[in-house]
Amino acid sequence: MSFAQLIGDWHALVVLFVAGVVPNQIWRMLGLWFGGGIDEGSELLVWVRAVATAILAGVIAQIVVEPPGALATVPDVLRYGAVGAGLVVFLLTRRSIFAGVVTGEVFMLAGKWWLG
Amino acid sequence: MALPPLDSPQWQSPWRAFAWGLRSITQTILTIVLFVTYLGIGALAHDTHFSLAWALASTLFVWAGPAQIILITTLGSGATIIQSAIAVTVSAIRLFPMVVSVLPLMRTPTTKRRELFFAAHLTAVTLWVECHRFLPQVPRERRIAFVNGLGFGLVSVCLVANTVGYFLAANLTQTLGAAILLLTPLSFLFSTARNSREVGDVVALALGILLYPLAAKMNSGLDILISGVVAGTIAYGVHWWREVRA
Repeated sequence: MSFAQLIGDWHALVVLFVAGVVPNQIWRMLGLWFGGGIDEGSELLVWVRAVATAILAGVIAQIVVEPPGALATVPDVLRYGAVGAGLVVFLLTRRSIFAGVVTGEVFMLAGKWWLG
Repeated sequence: MALPPLDSPQWQSPWRAFAWGLRSITQTILTIVLFVTYLGIGALAHDTHFSLAWALASTLFVWAGPAQIILITTLGSGATIIQSAIAVTVSAIRLFPMVVSVLPLMRTPTTKRRELFFAAHLTAVTLWVECHRFLPQVPRERRIAFVNGLGFGLVSVCLVANTVGYFLAANLTQTLGAAILLLTPLSFLFSTARNSREVGDVVALALGILLYPLAAKMNSGLDILISGVVAGTIAYGVHWWREVRA
């Protein structure tokens, strides 16, 4: 891999700032600027948090349902099964993130090996 | 490692406080979760044909895992800049209440707004959780330095993770590459589920996952937004039904 490949093209970095940095950072700066006057428990913020959580959930679903790159070589049933198995163990271990992640990974790798 | 008592001379220097913040990254399992998540982000950036510098810059300047993943997956799947920006900004709204709730923990009557700039930038779910845990053990006038140290440490860990993930994805077999990409949805799902304290949070998470495939069928380019707003609003309705109406 060459140095130029590691830097990439400048156009992509501009896109990063326009589509990523500014739309993300604006909320932190608004919090810094106007934070003092807002009630943290207000109903509007409860709704905002619920929508933000659901959007994150959508991102999780998107990666599993329409997998990028190498993940696309894993059959549907193994991807869904890995998330399901991880979730079961996560709940059984009283919400251990570590146990859930390891179980999901082992399920997927074992399934891949099993199917050949 | 225990932090020194509040009246210890250890806290007299802001640099010492910064160093204590930096060392505190070894005191939380969330550092490993972040490492794993950013390993996945590095791999994802590689597999969607972004450069390593691009991935590192996104970690440094965006510093929000969900926003970075949304940005990479939407741009990678052919969305326009505007569509990506909208999805990113909606996902980032949650940073607003986080900043609002975390900054008062480190403010003193003489604190100037610009002194809080880095603390505000570093605020994301991990820092937010850890501030509530660590800051009561830190003297108020040293909290900004402590948080800057903690945040600096976490960002550094994630930059290393990005680099490792990027090269692993470039060099591993397809199966191991897939395993690294799978780390991201797993770690996000379980860390979000762990932070879900109320029924409304659980509904938002579960419905958000279930409604996404339906929204994706509409093929509008705003799938995540549509499923997110619908699922989040239903979750808010559940919260309202249980708490406000009662």
